This record gives sequence, C-alpha cells and structure tokens, in this order.
Amino acid sequence: MTAFILRRLMQSVGVVAVMSLIVFFGVHIVGDPVYLLINPQADQEDIEAAIRALGLDRPIWEQYWHFITGALQGDLGRSFVFGEPALGLILQRMPATLELAIAALVMAIVIGIPLGLYAGLKPQSWVSKSIMAGSILGFSLPTFWVGIMLIMVFAVMLGWLPSTGRGPTATFLGITSSLFTLEGWRYVLLPALNLALLKISLVIRLTRAGTREAIHQDYIRFARAKGLPTRRVIGVHLLKNILIPVVTVLGLEFGNLVAFSVVTETIFAWPGMGRLLISSIQSLDRPVIVAYLIIIVLMFIIINLVVDVLYSLLDPRVRLGEKSA
Amino acid sequence: MSVTEAPAAPTKEGGAAPVETPLRRFISEYSESKLAVGAAVFLLILVLLAAFAPLIAPQNPYDLAQVDVLDSRLPPGEVGFSGMAYWLGSDGAGRDLLSAMLYGLRISLSVGFLSGLIAMAIGAAVGLTAAYIGGRVESLIMRIVDLQLSFPAILVALMLIAVLGKGVDKIIIALVTVQWAYYARTVRGSALVESQKEYVEAARCLGLSHARIVFRHILPNCLPPLIVVATVQAAHAIALEATLSFLGVGLPQTEPSLGLLISNGFEYVLSGKYWISTFPGIALLVTIVTINLVGDQLRDVLNPRLAR
Amino acid sequence: MTEAGLAAQEAGIGVENAEPALAVEKLKTHFFTKAGVVKAVDGVSFSVKRGEVLGLVGESGSGKSITGLSIIGLIDPPGRIVSGAIRFKGQDLSKLAEEKIRQLRGDRIAMIFQDPMMALNPVLRIDTQITEAVRAHHDVDRGTALDMAREALSGVGIPAPERRLKAYPHELSGGMRQRVAIAIAFINKPDLIIADEPTTALDVTIQAQILHVAQELCRNTGTALIWITHDLAVVSAIADRIAVMYAGRIVEQGTAAEVIGSPLHPYTRGLIGSVPSHNARGKRLYQISGMTPSLLHLPPGCAFRNRCDFAGPLCSEAPPVTEPASGRRLRCFYPMKSEAVS
Repeated sequence: MTAFILRRLMQSVGVVAVMSLIVFFGVHIVGDPVYLLINPQADQEDIEAAIRALGLDRPIWEQYWHFITGALQGDLGRSFVFGEPALGLILQRMPATLELAIAALVMAIVIGIPLGLYAGLKPQSWVSKSIMAGSILGFSLPTFWVGIMLIMVFAVMLGWLPSTGRGPTATFLGITSSLFTLEGWRYVLLPALNLALLKISLVIRLTRAGTREAIHQDYIRFARAKGLPTRRVIGVHLLKNILIPVVTVLGLEFGNLVAFSVVTETIFAWPGMGRLLISSIQSLDRPVIVAYLIIIVLMFIIINLVVDVLYSLLDPRVRLGEKSA
Repeated sequence: MSVTEAPAAPTKEGGAAPVETPLRRFISEYSESKLAVGAAVFLLILVLLAAFAPLIAPQNPYDLAQVDVLDSRLPPGEVGFSGMAYWLGSDGAGRDLLSAMLYGLRISLSVGFLSGLIAMAIGAAVGLTAAYIGGRVESLIMRIVDLQLSFPAILVALMLIAVLGKGVDKIIIALVTVQWAYYARTVRGSALVESQKEYVEAARCLGLSHARIVFRHILPNCLPPLIVVATVQAAHAIALEATLSFLGVGLPQTEPSLGLLISNGFEYVLSGKYWISTFPGIALLVTIVTINLVGDQLRDVLNPRLAR
Repeated sequence: MTEAGLAAQEAGIGVENAEPALAVEKLKTHFFTKAGVVKAVDGVSFSVKRGEVLGLVGESGSGKSITGLSIIGLIDPPGRIVSGAIRFKGQDLSKLAEEKIRQLRGDRIAMIFQDPMMALNPVLRIDTQITEAVRAHHDVDRGTALDMAREALSGVGIPAPERRLKAYPHELSGGMRQRVAIAIAFINKPDLIIADEPTTALDVTIQAQILHVAQELCRNTGTALIWITHDLAVVSAIADRIAVMYAGRIVEQGTAAEVIGSPLHPYTRGLIGSVPSHNARGKRLYQISGMTPSLLHLPPGCAFRNRCDFAGPLCSEAPPVTEPASGRRLRCFYPMKSEAVS
C-alpha cells in the first residue's frame, strides 16, 4: 500500500513538472501584458521600469527558472493586477470554491442516489420515466443558462433566495465556511444546485444502471430468500454493491466540480478561485493563471490518489498492489 | 454524416420492394423509436433554419440600417417605432431577438460541426496510427490522450483561450484540441479489435499497401462508434462554445452565437426582462437535446453491430 | 377421477398418513411478456413429507426453477402465480401477503441457488451474511447469532469456522461457498429447503460432498428437501421421490426406484437412456430428438408429442393425469411397458 502510494506520488511529481512547463511557455505566447497593465499615458521610462519590475525583460527560460525555483518555495509569482503573490490570491479564494464544490457533491449524492435507486427498482413507472427524462435534460442543459434561470425564478420572480454573492461565514473546528451559518446556506443553495445539476444526472444514471444490473444478481435473490426485510436487501446488499462505482466516479468528478465552478462562480458572483481565473484570463494576469493551473493539477492528483485508496477500502475484492479481481 | 441521412428514414421506408441492405436495416432499426425519428427530423429543420437564416429572419440584426435603437428591450409581441413586430422581443441594442437567434444558431451550429469534423479527422488519424503502428508510438499517444482526458474539457479550453486569445479561429482550435482525444481513443479501440481479425491478416498476406489496409479495410469498420462519438461531441462542442462565449472568453461580439446572446441578456435578468436570456437559452437547449436524442438512438442501433 | 381430485388426494398421500410438509396443488405461474403469455408452470401438483427428499427433474426451461421460486414467493413481474395453491403449515402461500411470506422465507422455507460464486454478496463478510439470516427472524443479539453461525459452519464441514467468518466470499473456494450457502439455509432449522441445482456449478468430487452434507442435515433435522436438477444421476443418489417436469407440467412422478427403474413416460425413459452408465457401456446413448419447445406458443395437447417416438393420434389432446399405481402419477396416453428400459 505504501509502495503503491509512493509510486503514485512519484508519477504525480512528473506530471506536475510537465504541466508547469507546458502552461508557463504556453501562457508566454500571449500578447505582451505590459501594454494591458500599464497606463497608456505613461512614458517609456515608466514602462521600462514596470517591465523590469515584473521581470519581463529576461529571456523566457530564465523567467521559467525563476518561476520554478520560486514555485518550490511556494512562490508562484506576483499578480500583475493585484501586486500580491499569486498563490496567496488563489489560496485566499479556495475555501469559497471548495465549499461550493462540496455542497454540490453532497447535493448530487443526496438527490441522485435515491432517485436513481427508485428509477432502477421501478423502471416501468411513470415517475421513473420522468426521472430519466429529467436526467437527460440535466445532461443537455448548459450550466450557465440554468444558473441564469435559477436566479430569474428564485431570486427575481419569487424573491426567496439571494441572487448573488456568498453569505456570512463562521469558524468551526478551525475551518471558516459560510456553510456554518444559516444565512450562508441561503446563499449557497442556488449556486450549489447549479453546479450539482450535471452530477445529479450522472449519479442518477450510474445508480439506476447499477441497480438494474444488481437486482437480477443471485446474491440479491439469495438475500431475499433469506427473508431479509426489503429495506435491508436494498439498503445493504444492493446499495453497498452499487455504491462502489458511484463513489469512484463521484470522487473523480470532484475535480470537475472545482473546474466547472468557473462558470457558476461567474454567474453568482461567488468569490472563489474560478471567478479569479476568468478575470485573470481577461486581463492576461499570467502568474495567477499559472498558479491556478498548478493548484488544480495538484488537486486532481490528490483526488485521484484518494479515490484509488477509497476504492480499495470499499471493494474487498480489490487490494492495492495485488491487482487481483 | 449520419445525422443528415437519418431524417430521410420515414420517406425512404415507404418505398416498395424492401431489400435488406445495411442502410435499410439501419433506417428501420433507427425508426423503432418515434422520439428519435422526431428528433432527427427536428434536427434537420434546425440545420435548415440555420443555413437559410438570412432568408428567413425578419431582419438582419447586424445591419445597423435595419436596427432601431429606440426599439431596444421590447417584450415579446410588441410592435416597435419602426412598425416592425418583435415576436420574441428585442435585445439591449434594439435587435429583433428572433432574427438574432437564427443568426446565433447558424454560428453555434457551424462552430460545433466544423470543430467536430476537424477533431474527428485528426483524432481518427492519430487513433489509426496508434493502433496500426503499436509499440512505443502507441503508448506515447495513448498517454497523451489519457492525460488530456483526465482534465475537464472546460479547463483545457480556458487555458487555450488564455494562451491564444479570442476569435472564431481560436475557439475552433480550442474545441478541436478538447475533442480530438475522444475520437483518437474510440478509433484506436475499435481499430485494435479490427486489426486482430482475419480479413486484415488476409489483406496483409495479399501484400496490400499499409494505406490501403488502414483506409479501405480498418477505417470503415471503425465508423459506427465514430459516428456515435461524433454526435455526442457535437452537442458537447456547441455547449462548450456557448459557455466560453458566456464567460466572455469565447466568440467576439461581432460573431454572436447563442451563448453570447444569453450572456448579453444576463444583465437584464435582474430587472425582470427575462426574454433576452431565456429564448436563446431555450434554442440552445433544444438544439443540444435534439442532438443528444439522435445520438442516444444511434448508440442503441449501432452498438450491437460492434459486439459481433 | 378428476385432476383436481387426484391432486387433492395426492397432497394428502403419505405412507404413514403424515401431514405433508408442503403440498402444491395445480400451481400455475405465468409470465406476461410483451411477446405473449409464457406458461412457465402450468398446473403442477406434488407434495413433500417431512424428512423426505423430492427430486424435481427437467431440462432447462421446463419450469422447475420457477416452481421453486413460486413456492418461496420470489416471482417478480411480469410473472405471477395465476392459480393453484401452495399449502404449507395450514396456510396457502400463494395467497399470503408479502410481509407474511417474507417472515416464512429463510426461516421456515429456505432456498439454495445454483451458482455459489454469485449467491453470496461479494462485498459483505461471511459473518454478516449468516447472522443477518438469523436476526431477520429471531430476536437474538449479535453474539448469539455469531455462535449460531460458527456452529452452522462446522455443521456443514467447514474447517476453522472462526477464520471463515471474517472472510469475504472471494476468499473462499466454490465448494466452500456452497457450504456456506447451505449453512445459511439450514441455520434456522427450516421445515422445507428448496435447492435449485446447487451442485451443477461444482466439481464432481465436491458435488458428492455437498450432496452428502445436504442429505445428512435433512435426515437429522427432519427438513423436507426439494432438489431441483437436470441431472438424473444426482437425483437418483439423493431423492426418495422423483417428479419429472416437461414444458411447465409434471409428466411423471413416483418413488425414485419406480421412476428410474421402470419409467412410464417416454420422456422420462429418454432422459434415463441419455445418461451414460457403466451398465450400458458400448451401447449407443439414447438421444431425445428435437429441442425443448418454446413456452410462448405452446400448442394444445401433449407438449412432448413432436419429439416422442411413441406419439399416437390421441396426443393432440392434453393427456389427463392418471394413477397407474399407488403413489404414481402420469400424463401420457401411451405409457411405456415397464420392461422398456434394459
């Protein structure tokens, strides 16, 4: 197990290095950010000074070397726009994004699994058919448009929930989050639902497919033949089997949630790192873009590792390293 | 492509003397779902609407001579100062929303299909190469494919836009980059299966050229899964383009796709002017759902043949 | 005598007038599919006494498994019991509410399935799977249930039961898993066990062991056993009585010695003739020509007549149940002479 994790970590370091290279050089092909960032009225001397201050006069490989040595010390460069360390800017906004993604993940599970289970157990009922039709719709609905519609219906027309922004936060067990306040939940509900929509559809489909397959398995029939109550047959025998793929996929999808929060945060003016990314792209704030990417890549690698370990814990047939079915 | 031949199903089926050809069987299997036939017909209508948008649209929303700023933000059904009726209302610049949507559909569909075609060509070529050559080349290619597919498409696209900048060509490059890996993986998978089969062996023994074996023997057998992936990817590409445009990093204002129309309407949503965002959104949704329905049925029809 | 009368009488039949553990009367279980009604079980009657082993024999698709599932109440839509009665402990199981039959299931009636690889839940430990069977029916704490589980595992000849309890199914061999399934079936000391081809998926040597274990347990506990199989060799080794099913009906039943020794129905004779045995070495094996008929569009009359070498003009009518000897039942117009089998 330890060997497995170590090997995975080694691979991950390689991936991060390659990604940083691609990203850094890629970003440098863009038009010179100097002219975007410096007042057009400024004279040549000021511009020169700014270029020197930002290190843009150095050869590109030197800039990369500077970047990589800095990165190892946790310094990913300073934002052109804010003049602050890029990493700090992103870490500052990360809790808001994670909070949103976690809320969406919970929603996907809480809504998706029961609906998928129902649709799998009673495939012929009209309720199931509407659930499945809804999930096809959920796959097809563009996230950003749903966000707008949610704001329009629940915030503008009905006035039930706030349209944009993040609610007040509270600190609990050293974690500061708006999920710890009631008002915070009012704010997070719409964006989280928006972000979760695709995943809800996904979980419904996975759960339904798993249920349809498992229900005809002998072990379910045997469990029923033992005279177990239906809730145990479904809640333990069936669910424990279908949860394995669902949890695995959902775990991997968490990174996707973080990435897609770019859209949701833009619509709901949620102060997270996704929104920062979009404004950084628009203002060509390179260090922030690079830092965001590095953070996201790291996050993906950690998520993949956690999911692998989780999977082996859930499924007794899989033990890491053995690779036996 | 298959999406265009499918709508012909109901008419062709009425013909006499049903001879069992692959196309006929495909059509009759596809027609088993009325919903899917409806979707295919509807998709054809959408394509026609987009193709003939300049002829159908009440006005050319990008011809300043035809647009009256005084008529901006009119609700649906209102008749403006210019005496023109705005069936779906008008947008912030006084453009007829219906016309803008038809033009937007035209842009969305062409960007989606064009990027899909290019990505399919590249992906299929790479996938075939990987499967046919094998060895290190194959594992290197598949590594790249896997690495790219492990990142969300939107992130990859955003990064490319950050690097390349805005513009129709840039968006298409980004969409192609996002999609090619799916095609490559699909083609490589089925090409591997095909190249194991005896007829390929036989073709090799006959001393046919590599190109001939790959393009005349292997590629045609990879088409069914490729078609299925292509429909799914077309829907994805259209949605992704809309999303990027909405985020303000996609198409420029001079080339307004449905996504950009929705984005433009967003600022009016809070003041209750729902139509500017809603109607283009519905058009986008209907387009994507239609393509997905066609794709779902294609998968059902084409899949069993894969198993054989 | 009418069929119903015979069935009822048969249900009451017993050498020592003992109340049968189970009496199935004119059971019909049909599946209502899009393509039409599949009459999987179409008027089946038999009974089993305490401690008795009934072999239910037939080819796949003959309705023998569906008969078993009907008794235990596990027929899922589109199938359902259309008519008939399943008498068990003074109740008609076919008319019992789901919750009532659930309480009987696993407690008074247990079932063992064909494939031990599939019957145990792959993600639950053996101890969980055994104790839950106890605790679903009896109000005992986990410790007591675990004690019972340990005892049950030793009872079916599993060495080191303590260690096996902590194992997952994939860590056990096929024979071991089937023993676990048998232990689960017997743990509540049921009155009836339905074993649906429990040895088919196992090696021959393991088969014999499993047969022995099951037989032993029945003898000791007085549990009645219905052994469903397509394998006449297995059934002749274990069964007291044999019922032969064909296309949803029992075509012949009687004691094992009678049915094997002097089959009356041409189908039974064909089955016996197609079993290789060393007594008949060098002889040509008999083959039943043709295929099992589709139950979907079964023509009226004897379902076997198209494959039967002895079919006559009467066979286009459904043959009634006759009783050529005490305790024997037959559905055939042209029964074989006793000496037909060498």
